Amino acid sequence: MKVYIRSAGNISPQHSLDTDSFFLSRTTTSNNYFKSVEPDYDSFIDSKMIRRMSRIVKMGVTAAITCLKEAHVEIPAAIVTATAYGCLEDSSSFLRRMIEFDEKLLSPTAFIQSTHNTVGAQIALMLKCHNYNNTIVHRGLSFENALTESILLLKEGTRPVLVGAMDEITDDSQAILSRFGLYRKTDNRMGNIAGEGAAFFLLEKDQGKKSLAILKGLHILYKPESNKAIQHSLLEFLKEKETTLDQIGLILTSHTGNKKMDEQDKELMNSVFRNKVTFPFKSLCGDYPTASGFALWMGSVILKEQMAPFWMEHGPQFPLSNILIHHHSGNSHHSFILISES
Amino acid sequence: MSSHTFVAGMGIVSAIGNGLLANLQSLSNEKAGIGKMKFLQSIHSGELPVGEVKFSNGELAAISGLSSQLPRTALLSSIAAYEALLDAGWDKSFSQRTGFISANTVGGMDKTENFFKLFSKNSAAGKLADVVNHECGAVTELVAGQLGIRHFVSTVSTACSSSANAIFTGARMIRAGMIDYALVGGADALTRFTLNGFNTLMILDKELCKPFDENRHGLNLGEGAAYLLLVSENGLNQLGKKPYALVSGYANANDAFHQTASSPEGTGSYLAMKNALDNAGIQPGEIDYINLHGTGTQNNDIAEGTAIQLLFDQSFPKMSSTKAYTGHTLGASGAVEAVYSILAIQQGIIFPNLRLQTPMKEFPFKPVSGFLRNQKIKSVMSNSFGFGGNCTSLIFSAA
Repeated sequence: MKVYIRSAGNISPQHSLDTDSFFLSRTTTSNNYFKSVEPDYDSFIDSKMIRRMSRIVKMGVTAAITCLKEAHVEIPAAIVTATAYGCLEDSSSFLRRMIEFDEKLLSPTAFIQSTHNTVGAQIALMLKCHNYNNTIVHRGLSFENALTESILLLKEGTRPVLVGAMDEITDDSQAILSRFGLYRKTDNRMGNIAGEGAAFFLLEKDQGKKSLAILKGLHILYKPESNKAIQHSLLEFLKEKETTLDQIGLILTSHTGNKKMDEQDKELMNSVFRNKVTFPFKSLCGDYPTASGFALWMGSVILKEQMAPFWMEHGPQFPLSNILIHHHSGNSHHSFILISES
Repeated sequence: MSSHTFVAGMGIVSAIGNGLLANLQSLSNEKAGIGKMKFLQSIHSGELPVGEVKFSNGELAAISGLSSQLPRTALLSSIAAYEALLDAGWDKSFSQRTGFISANTVGGMDKTENFFKLFSKNSAAGKLADVVNHECGAVTELVAGQLGIRHFVSTVSTACSSSANAIFTGARMIRAGMIDYALVGGADALTRFTLNGFNTLMILDKELCKPFDENRHGLNLGEGAAYLLLVSENGLNQLGKKPYALVSGYANANDAFHQTASSPEGTGSYLAMKNALDNAGIQPGEIDYINLHGTGTQNNDIAEGTAIQLLFDQSFPKMSSTKAYTGHTLGASGAVEAVYSILAIQQGIIFPNLRLQTPMKEFPFKPVSGFLRNQKIKSVMSNSFGFGGNCTSLIFSAA
C-alpha cells in the first residue's frame, strides 16, 4: 500500500502557513528560542472559542483546518495528534495558581484545556467529527508513533487520516529546559535553539487529484546501542524500501550546532551522508521533540514544487525524487522518514 | 492478517490491592478501597475521599525496584507491568517482537508540583531531577528500561480513556502482524494537580461515590496501574499458556460536544459501543456484562445510560461500575476495568455496583447490586469515556 500525503498545514517559526512565503523568505532569530509566526486566528476559528485557547491549541487547530481545506475534506475518518509536552501553558498556569493560592480560588478553565488530547478534541469539536480520535505523547517519537498508527488505520480502510504534531514554548518551559543546558547562550549565534510548531497532514491510500508527496517509509529507532547501529539501521531501512543512496537528492538532518547533541549525526555525516546534499531543518523550526512534523512538511512541499527555497544555499538538484529525514531528539529517539515525489 | 489477539497475562495495583489475587479478593468481599487521604498531601484531605494505593512511595519503590524519588505513576506502572509479564511467562528473549504501549494523563506531575513550589518564586530554583520525568512518555520509558523493552515503546494520553486506547493500539499492532506481544495498559497516581482540577469542576463527591444512583453526587478520584500482555497466536504458542480471553472488538469515537461534559444523548458513548460490537462481529444481545464507565457524576451516567438504553433496547445485559471500589483511576481506569472484565469471564463472576440504593429513574435497567457467582459469561464490554469527548469501548470474549 502506498501512503499519499494529500495536503498539509503548518504553523512554525517560518512563514509556513503560506508555502510561497516560505520559499521566498526565511526568518531567523538571535534569541535561544524560535517562536512561531502566528496568523490572525480570527479568520480560522470562531472568536468565542479563540479566547479560551492557549497558543498550542490555536496553532494546532489552525494547521489542521488549513490542511483539511487544502484537500477539500470536511470530515476526516480519523484524527491522530502527537505532542511530547502537551498543553504547557495551561498546565503551568493551573499549577502556578494552585501553589500560589494554596489550592484555593482556582478556576477550571486552565485545567480543562491542559489535557494532552485538547488539540485533537478541539478539532473534533469544531468539525463535529465523531470519528476515531487518539493522542500519542511519546517524547521525541510522538509524531512517528502517530504516523505508525495512521498508516495502520489506512491499511484497515479508515481514510482519510488527519495526523499532526505540535508542541509549544512557554516562559516556564524555556526557563526549565535552558537550565538543562540544551540551548545556546544568547550571545552565541551558533548552537541549539528551542522551537515549536504545529504541522498537520492528510494521509490517503490513493493519489486523488493532487498530493504533495508519497510517504514511502518510516523507521523508528529507540535507544540505539551505538552510532554504528544507527547507520546500520538506516542502510537496512533503505534496502527494505528499495531505495539507493544515489536516489536520495536531499537529506534533512537534525544537526543543531550543539556539539553534544550532534554527536549522534557524526557517524552518518562522515559516512552515509558524506557528499550528499544535507540541510539542518532545526535551523528553521528550532529544536523540539515533534520537530519531525516540520521536516515532513518541508520535504513534502519541496518535492511538490520541485524547487528549493530561494534562500537555500547549496540546495538539491532537480528533478528531485526522494528526500530522507533523519530526526533525533536527545540521544534516545531516532527516526528515518523517506518521502518521494508523487 | 486478522489473526486472533489473546490476553495471556494480567497485572494490577489499585486501591483494593496489589496484584490480581488481592483485587479479586476485595471484589468478591465487596470491599471498597476509597477513604481518607493518607499519602497525598492536600488541603482537601479532610473533605475529599480518594482511592489511594495503600503504600508510600518508599514501599512502592521497594516492591518495584525503582528509586523512591521517581514519579509515583512510574512506581505503580512498574509493579503492574511486571506482574503481567510474569503472569504470562514472558521472557526477555521475546523482546524483539514486543511492544510496550502505556497510558497516563499527567506523567511525573507529582514531582513537578514539588519543583514548582520553589521554581514559581525563583526561576533558577527547584531541583531539575524533579522535572526530568515530567513528560508522560518519560514515565513509560522508565518502566520500559526496567523491563528491557525497546523494540516499540509508546504512550497514549486521551484523559479518562487513555489506557483503553493503549490496549486498542496494541491489539491493532498484533492484528496487523507487526508484533507478537503487546504489553498494554496504563497508570496514574493521584496528584494535587488532578485533584484540584476535578474539584474546580465541582464533580467530586465528598462522600463515597454512587455511580448510576439517582442520588449520585460526583466521582471519587483513585490511582493505580494495570496491564495486559496481549499476544498473537504465534506468541501464545511460544508461551504455551492457556489464554484468559480474546480481545474480540474495540472502537473509538468522539462525542464532539464539549471539552469536558458528555452530550446528554451520549453520542460518543453510543458510537464507541456500537462500533465495538460491529468490530467484534456480534449483536448487542451477545454481551453478558458491561463494565460501565460509571463515574458517578450527574452528566456522565446520564450520557452512558442513555446510549445503553438506545443500543441494547430492552435486552439489557448485567452491568456495574467498579469505580465504586477503586475510585476513578483516570489514565489507568480503562486497563484496571479491562482486568476486572476479563476476571469476570474467567471466574464467571459479576461485581456489584457498590452502594446502589436508588437506581436512576430515567432508565428501565439497573446495575447489579450484589456479587454474582456461577455466571456464564462469554463476552464483556468495558467502557471508558473521557474529557475531550474521547470514548472507547473494548470487548473481551472467552477464548
